[in-house]
Amino acid sequence: MTGAGLKIWTLHLALIAVLFSAQYWLSPYHATNLARIMVLAVFAMGYNLAFGYTGLLSLGHALLLAAGMYAAGLPAQLWGWSAGPAMIAGIAGGGLIAAVLGLLALRTAGVSFMIVTLMFAQAGYLTLLYFAPVTGGDDGFAVAATSRTLLGFDLSTDAPRFLAALTIFAVGLGVSLALVRSPFGRTMVAIRENEERSRMLGYNPFTVKLAALTISGLYAGAAGAAYAILFGYVGASFATIQYSILPMLYVLMGGAGTTLGPFLGALVMFVLIEAATGITTAHQFIVGAALVALILFAPKGILGTVRERWLRWLP
Amino acid sequence: MASLTETPLIETNGLTLHFGGLKAVDGVDFRLHAGEIHALIGPNGAGKTTFVSLLSGRRLPQAGTIALGKEDITRLPAHERVRKGIAYTFQITSVFPRLTVFDNVALAVQSLGPRDLAARTRAALARVGLEGLEAQEAQTLSYGHQRLLELAMGLALNPRLLILDEPTQGLAASEIDDFKTLVRSLVPATTVLLIEHNMDVVMDLATRITVLTFGRVLATGTPAEIRANASVQEAYLGA
Repeated sequence: MTGAGLKIWTLHLALIAVLFSAQYWLSPYHATNLARIMVLAVFAMGYNLAFGYTGLLSLGHALLLAAGMYAAGLPAQLWGWSAGPAMIAGIAGGGLIAAVLGLLALRTAGVSFMIVTLMFAQAGYLTLLYFAPVTGGDDGFAVAATSRTLLGFDLSTDAPRFLAALTIFAVGLGVSLALVRSPFGRTMVAIRENEERSRMLGYNPFTVKLAALTISGLYAGAAGAAYAILFGYVGASFATIQYSILPMLYVLMGGAGTTLGPFLGALVMFVLIEAATGITTAHQFIVGAALVALILFAPKGILGTVRERWLRWLP
Repeated sequence: MASLTETPLIETNGLTLHFGGLKAVDGVDFRLHAGEIHALIGPNGAGKTTFVSLLSGRRLPQAGTIALGKEDITRLPAHERVRKGIAYTFQITSVFPRLTVFDNVALAVQSLGPRDLAARTRAALARVGLEGLEAQEAQTLSYGHQRLLELAMGLALNPRLLILDEPTQGLAASEIDDFKTLVRSLVPATTVLLIEHNMDVVMDLATRITVLTFGRVLATGTPAEIRANASVQEAYLGA
């Protein structure tokens, strides 16, 4: 491994070590919040691979999150699946729906792609409402305690939940870093930067984008399934437009096209909303103001700006 | 040079693409033989760039056929033609400006396979004299260097046919000399199709020349034949 590679992997492992230690110095309330942030960061990392690296601005990722959530939650609810198989089903569900979405939506690009993905996500949400007797609709359903155990650990309790969230996050981060440093990562960036030139280097933009979107869907599926299993709730509200916008905000805040940006963005947004909620009922206003400030002064996000100004080696 | 009885590397028959009333390419029959440096010349708007866009698959023709060797590639998508060995370098330099010089060329190299990526990339850069600039962002290069980078990306594809669209435009005289040496070193392993306005470069480099006007072939021949051709002089050289 080159010197730069060593430095990069060390940085990422150090973050995971710090997060691991957090369970010992954070209060249980904050540790649970951090577990939630890590799960949301997995969702955002997937979004970042599609948007930040490949340039696919999707407004339909809530569909993929919900796909993972229901693909894990429904078998648990209906057939009593345990956490392991439910998790795998969730990941596969996210990837499968993303691939189907890609086959249809990737015939378009740019604004049309945004609209088509948004439409499919809305159709998905309405479908969940239509089948409310099974899906629980907006009310959702609680995941039974028996489906929230893995290898004898009760994932509804603090320590196992935190470690499960950290494990999923660490795997997601490691895969994301390895991917963007691989030849395929370079190809994704090439498609984002100049699709026509990439085509004339022998790449089929459609298959590259489909692969990137499907990988993004695997991440969203993992996040949705983890949310269902770790926090015990499955509901159609996770398929609403809000959950398509959130990962975009996290990624923009943290830095699109940086491996650590999604986590940082999710963390900062979460803390910001917590703090604002304590001060005023108009906390959405404070979040909005923060985003406007970000776009004005650091349009590349926190880590995008750090990379541009100081740390050129940041992946 | 290959004999004229051999199967040409590229053969087009009746190739046609009209934009509304504009006959950009109008029934072109064209043969490109393996190992030659073939120049495509003609006045502005003669259809040269559109013609090579059809060859490279960036556009699809309305009529006519294109064969690569004995294979019909008329409807083949551009990226698959690249994999079959047809590389196209852009008229307006089209490198990836925000990627490093290394990444630009590595993108071309890795499309052939992941083996020895770094070494093959450095070799392609050395071939055009850009070694030592690997870590620079492409947009920080001078225009001449960006053109060389574009050329390195084409060469890194290890093509059977390299299409160069106005490669010397904007280059200094010394850079043009280096460019000519480089192109000569490519044949006969690689066949070169060159769109070029600089007649000195054309007459110096080309083994054969095709003259296009109004989307049609006016004449094909050696530089000497083209220079002596009365209709070419009237349409183009004398103008």
